[in-house]
Order: sequence, then structure tokens, then C-alpha cells
Amino acid sequence: MTQDHALSAADASGRLLMAGLPPGPLLALAIILPLAGLVPLLLLGPRAGERAAIALAGLGLLLAILIALQVGWSGTPALYHLGGWRPPLGIMLRADGISAGMLVTSAAVFFGISLFAATGRDRTNTFPPTFWMLALCVASGLNLAFLAEDLFTLYVALELLTFAAVPLVCLDGKAAQLKAALTYLLFALLGSLLYLLGAVLIYASTGTLDIGLAAQRLVANAPATGIALALMSVGLAAKAALFPLYLWLPPAHAGAPPAASALLSSLVIKAPIFLLLRIWIGLAPAPLAEQAAPVLAVLGTGAILFCGMRALAQSRLKLLIAYSTAAQIGYVFLMLPLVTYSGPLSMPESLAWTGGFLHLAAHAFSKAAMFIAAGVIAEALGHDRISSLGGAAQAVPISVAAFAIGGLSLMGLPPSGGFIAKVMLLTAAIQQGVAWIAVVVLLGGLLARGYVLRVVVSALQRPETDASFVTIPLRRQSMALVLALVAIVLGFIPLQPMDFLLVGRP
Amino acid sequence: MNVAFDAILCVLVVLAAIRVVATTDLRAAVSSFLAYGMLLALVWVRLESVDIALTEVAVGSGLTTIVILRAISRMPLAPSSSTGSSPTRSAQVAVGVMCAMVTLGLSGVLLTLPDPAPSIAPYVAQNMPATALGNPIAGVLMVFRAMDTVLETVVVLLALIGVWAMVPQHRLAEVPGPLAPGRAPEPVVFLARALVPFGLLFGAYQVWAGADVPGGKFQGAAVLASMGLLLMMAGVITAPAATNVRLRALLLVGPILFLAVGVAGWSLAGAFLGYPAGLEKPVIIAVEIASTISIALALVMLVLGPPAGSASS
Amino acid sequence: MIGWTIFALAGAGLVGLGLYGVIMRENALHRILAFNILGGGIFLVFGFAARRGAGAGFTADPVPQALVITGVVVAFSATALATAIVVRLTAAQAEERDDAPHAKDDG
Repeated sequence: MTQDHALSAADASGRLLMAGLPPGPLLALAIILPLAGLVPLLLLGPRAGERAAIALAGLGLLLAILIALQVGWSGTPALYHLGGWRPPLGIMLRADGISAGMLVTSAAVFFGISLFAATGRDRTNTFPPTFWMLALCVASGLNLAFLAEDLFTLYVALELLTFAAVPLVCLDGKAAQLKAALTYLLFALLGSLLYLLGAVLIYASTGTLDIGLAAQRLVANAPATGIALALMSVGLAAKAALFPLYLWLPPAHAGAPPAASALLSSLVIKAPIFLLLRIWIGLAPAPLAEQAAPVLAVLGTGAILFCGMRALAQSRLKLLIAYSTAAQIGYVFLMLPLVTYSGPLSMPESLAWTGGFLHLAAHAFSKAAMFIAAGVIAEALGHDRISSLGGAAQAVPISVAAFAIGGLSLMGLPPSGGFIAKVMLLTAAIQQGVAWIAVVVLLGGLLARGYVLRVVVSALQRPETDASFVTIPLRRQSMALVLALVAIVLGFIPLQPMDFLLVGRP
Repeated sequence: MNVAFDAILCVLVVLAAIRVVATTDLRAAVSSFLAYGMLLALVWVRLESVDIALTEVAVGSGLTTIVILRAISRMPLAPSSSTGSSPTRSAQVAVGVMCAMVTLGLSGVLLTLPDPAPSIAPYVAQNMPATALGNPIAGVLMVFRAMDTVLETVVVLLALIGVWAMVPQHRLAEVPGPLAPGRAPEPVVFLARALVPFGLLFGAYQVWAGADVPGGKFQGAAVLASMGLLLMMAGVITAPAATNVRLRALLLVGPILFLAVGVAGWSLAGAFLGYPAGLEKPVIIAVEIASTISIALALVMLVLGPPAGSASS
Repeated sequence: MIGWTIFALAGAGLVGLGLYGVIMRENALHRILAFNILGGGIFLVFGFAARRGAGAGFTADPVPQALVITGVVVAFSATALATAIVVRLTAAQAEERDDAPHAKDDG
């Protein structure tokens, strides 16, 4: 096996812990481990299957942390050649700073959502084994999307995620859900195929599917290069629900049971977003990336402002949160005009970089918390009409608190990961003299304040006189709070570029 | 001569595709689609890709057509989504122009690709001896890019799990609706009894020989699946319910054996999805056979689809 | 060389036709057929790339050929999943239209 000398820079304690644990195989394990859960879920009873799924979610978090520690300690990306075959013939897995960060974030959020899902689909029913199988395939597909270096393997990851995510939308089999699932599937399939066509053109012009090799061979002014990158971008944007392709998202994310909504809204869309960033940061020739960056940032602006206003106009809580997802997606794309695509990043550039990826992480935690909290609130009240949430604060105080705390991060108020991330983007934009991005960050925060506070204020009202509430056990309320608190803890990260996220930046 | 044949073939494929998308009659579209698939398989033969031609006939056009026809027959009323008013003339023109531009742009790009074309073929040729296989496509699928292949078998299983997930769980124990209503006509029964043994043999041969000549697990699985469907149509065998434990175990055997071999590669071959030296061929064939069984069953269950609506008995 | 180019043009034609069908056809099953034509066009473009990459004793580059095979199987799985949703949707709409008093549990 060929391993790069990933351990050479590790400090002594890192060496000790990692003795006998080379990082490469862990990458492969992170992808296949969740799939092991299919065996108990298909063959054993639902209880045993559910326990196995939760255990695998916990193990997955442990694995992700080990990989991130390794990447952090060594200061170099972890690489693995599957089957021992190097690109261009074989497939390589690669964990750099940002993929290790996404890996830990998604594994932690996934574990949190799993613990919530273990308390039941709703008050009376547990989740069937099919839910857990779909969830584990989501986990596997996410890890594959964050780690694979091969454009076709990434296509497989996108399909894995689509096939797992679409049925999560229509678990209850109601007509409205099935309709939302069908729209979602059609958008996602179109997105996959456009992405695939782009990957095919990359192969036809470079003779490789490996991102690193293709990046070296792509010619900036060849027509195939620009068309391929554009096709892949449109495809991924459709899957990520990036403005103006967001229309499928609100009905799909809002109609599912809360645990499924949380998976879809906080995790599943992160994979196409991450890949969209990857192809412009790691694959595209620098001159093309510099031209595309403002375009993507403008789309991000459209998302933040337009979907933010749509969120403000919603009368249903779950739809409001779904529109807020379509809006929050935009922030990470504001980072793109603020970084360089050739050579190392300057101080303000690496601040923008850190802010962008920190925003992805903070959004994952806060959005999972808010969707779960909203689901519990709807269970307690029997509806999710924002205008009559009165009494929710008495009926399910922990859930309302979780919603509000998660909302802090969306609004960009301290202390929260969302606050730090937005301040970083703001500072970078001002230091580089890109005023319009600074204005968008501020306006987006105001819109989020509007829609989050509207919900919180309504939930703090007195209950209507004839209102009756269903009691929700504490166990079912608490997981959202834990997830929201993690988003707060991210706010104590020092306001400076994180070296970890810069590991292995191309 | 050959160029003229290729040109006529390509025109026919495109004409068939035009018929599929231009008609508003769904059944006409399906029959055109079947013709399109057959012509496309011929194209693949002309492109020196017999493996793909086999897959296209068996899966791309064959099973796809059955799935769509079955869906039409299960929706007694005209499908609700077709009731909408037909798109306006201007919308048709606008979208048509846009799609024509996509075709033109793509053609332009394809004509300006670098020459000589970059290729991985030399790498494959150089490393084929290490795989002990004779068919380079099998080498790519099972050795050099085995990760994609193992995950594809998971994707097929996942599609089936997705179909099960949207059915109320208490109804999973129901046997999927029959392929054909009423008693099977005599010719079908006769055909099934006469054809199936040959079909099974052919499918098994494809898997076995796929290591060295065109063929392999996806094509073999598709042939086996169609034989299974034919037997069901003739009423010789009945479809299993989704809760059947034996069915579930067989659905798992392919992906799990593949993954287990992959993990074993860690200690035996020094890499995940590496094969132990000297044993490559027997191990690969064992994985192929297990995958064929799992994929064939998954394809059958995917064609049968979810248990029918409450209308069925 | 000229002989292969015609296949690339056919592939590009199928991509455009498939796209048109995906956007313009209102019937979901019809759309699914159009998706298959779009996918077929993309695979054909990949096959063209494979044929151009012939060499080292092979009549075509085996890597794209292998990927098209897995691609066809994935496309079928997508077709089956989408069709299943359409079938369930039609059944659910019929049930909800009847809205008979039998409150069906869907757990």
C-alpha cells in the first residue's frame, strides 16, 4: 500500500493514540460502517435493528472524530487508495480540513437526530426499520460525498443520497407528501444527470475522473471545460435547492416527520453544497473560478433575501423553517468572491473561508434542533399554525427554548456559531472592500431575526382558553436542546482563521 | 458502407426518441421507447460495447418498459397528472429552442475534444494481468473500481427499500399484486415452461463467462429476473412478500459478501477491496454469483412494485 | 473517426430531446421515459468518449464502458422508484378523494 507520510508531523500524543490506526482505512470504514446496519434491520426484529442503527451512529461519530484528530495533528490530508489502485485507474479517498470538518459535523448531527428518532416517530408510534435503513444510507452517502476524490464515485454518492432521501419525504404515504417526494425526485434526478454529463465531459477532455488529476489537466479556455463545470453546477444547484431552484424544497422538507425533516434539511442538502464548492475550489481552473465566484454569490444573495422574505410570509411553522433552509444555504456562497483561487489565502481571505464553512456546520446543528423542536411543538399543540402557538412555552418549554437557541445562530446573534461565522464573513467583506456582501450579511440577519422572533413571541403568548395540550416526555424534548447548545458552543471559537480548515486546501 | 449504416442507425434512434417525447399518448410513447431501446442496443454494438448492449436490452429497455406498462395497468383511470391543459404553443417553442441549443452546444463541445483522446486504456492493459480476468470491463468493475460497483449493488437494494418505505408497514406482508390479471393464457404457461430453463442457463452462463468475455452480473441478473417474472406471469411461481426472511437474506448476500471481501482485503491484500494474491479469480466469481442473486431478486421486486392500492383483493 | 462522431451527435440529440420531454410532458410516467432518453444520450456521449479512447489493444476505453453499465442499472432503479411513487400517489389520491369514513391508520 502506498501511504503518504501523514504521520510525520504528528506530535507524540497523537502518535501514541494513532499507533496501529493509519488514517486511510478509517476513511473507507466511515463509508461502509453505516451499511452494516442493513443486516440486522432486514433480518432481526425492529427493536434489535433500531439499537444497532443507533450504535452505528455513535460509532460513526467516533470514527469521524478520529479522522479529524488525525488530519489536525498531522496537518496533512489523509489519503487512501481503494484496493491499492492509484488514480487515474483507481479511486482515491481524501480527507482534508474541510471534509474532516463536514464529516464530524454530519456524524454528530446524525447521532443527535438518531437519539431523537429513537424516542419514536410521534408520541405513539416507533419508526419502522425502513426509516433506519434509509437514515443509515444517508449517513453512508454523506461520508462518501465528503471523502471521495472521484467524479463518478461522487455521482454514486449523490444517487445514494437521493434514493435514501426521497422516501424519507413520504414515510406517511399521504398524497401531499407523495407529490412533494415526486417533485423532489424529478429535480434530484435531473440534477444527477446534468452533473453526470459534466463529469463525462471532464473525462473526455482529461482522461481521468480524479479531481486532483483533472484539475491539473483541464484547459481553462477549452469549450468543454466551461460547459462541463456549468452543467455540474446547475445539476448540483438543483439538488442543493440553491436559488432559484429551491421550489421543491419547502414542501418536501416540511411534510416529513420531524426526525426525517431534520435529516433532510440539516444534512442531505449539505452534500451537493459541499460538492458545488469542491468543483469550483478544487477542480475548476483559477480564471474560470474567479469568473464564477460572483455569479454564485449573487445566487446566494438571491437565496438569502428572497427565501428569507418567503420565510417571513409563512403561516406554518415547518414551512417557515424549510424556507429558512433555502435562505441560509446562500451564506456559504458569499465566501466565494472573498477567496483567491491561485496560491495561499491572505488573512482576510482565510477569515472568509473559515466563516463560510463554519456557517455550514452551525446551520446543520441549529436547523436540526429547530426542525425537531418544531415537530415536538406541533405534536403538543396538534397544529403548527404560527399565529396560534400561544401556550407552547408552558406545554413544551424545553422545545421552545431549543427553537429559540437554535434561532440565535440563524439570526447571527452572540453567542452562537452562526454569529461567529457571519462576523467572519462580514469582516472579510469589509476588509476586502466588497461592500455589497457585507450589506447582504446584515440584511439576511435582519430577515432571520424577523421570522425567528415571530415564532418565539407567538409561542410565549398565553394559551387560548379552550386550548388543550398533549404532554410530551422530557426525553423527547431534550435532544433538540442538546443540538441547539452545540450551535452555541461553536460560538466560542476564537474569531480568527482556523488552521484546521485550511489543511490540504488546493 | 459502415458509415452509412451507422448514420441510418443514429437517425432511427433519434426518430424513435422524438416519437417518445413528441406524442401525448402514453402507450404510444412506451412502444416507441421499446423500439428506441432496441436501436440503442445496436448502437452500442457498433461502438464495440457488447457488454453495454446486453445491459441496455435487458435492463435499460426491457425491464424499464415492463415497469412503466405495469404502472399504467395499475392506474385504471387515466393518470391524474395527465389531466392538466397541454402547454401553450409559445412555451413549446421556447423550451424547444432551449433544448435545441443544448444539443447544438453539446455537439460543438464534443467536436472540439482533444485529439488524440486521453484514455485509461493503457493503465487497464498494464494492470489486467494482476486481476486474473480476461474481460477488461470486468476488471474495471470488480477490481480497479470495485468501490463504485459494491455501492451500486447497495443503490439497487436501497431503491427497493425506498419502495417498501412508502407503503404502510402493516401491508408489507402482502404479496405484490399479480403481473397479469386472471389466469395465465396457455401459450404463456407453455412459453414459461419451455423458455425458462434456457434463460436460467443463459443468465448463469453470462455471470460465469463475464469474467473473460462480454457478460457479467448486471446482465446475468437482468436475464434471471426476466425469467423469474415470466414464471410469475405464467403462475408457475408466486412472488414473495417483502417480509419474507429468505428473500431478505438473499437480497443482502451480494452486497454483504462484497463488503466482507473488501474488509478481508485489509489483512489479506493490504488494502480495502484488495483481493488476496493467487485467489483473485475464484473470490471474484464468488462475489459475482452472490451479487447476481441479490440484484436479480431486487430487480424482480422492483418490477413488481409496492403492494397494490386498497382496490386489489 | 467520422464514423464515431455521428454517435456523439446522436447522443447530443438524445440529451436535448430528453430534456424537452422532462420539461414539457405533464404525465409523470411520460416524464420518467424522457429521463431515460436523457440518460441514454449521456451514456452515448460517454460511449463516444470510450470509443475515441481506444488503444492499448482495446477497441474502446474500458473504464467509461464499465461506468455506463452501472449507470444503466442505477437509471433503472431510479425509474422503478419514481414509478412506485407515481403508483402510490395515484392510489393515495383516489383514497383521499373517496374520503370514506374508515380512518385508515398509516403506521
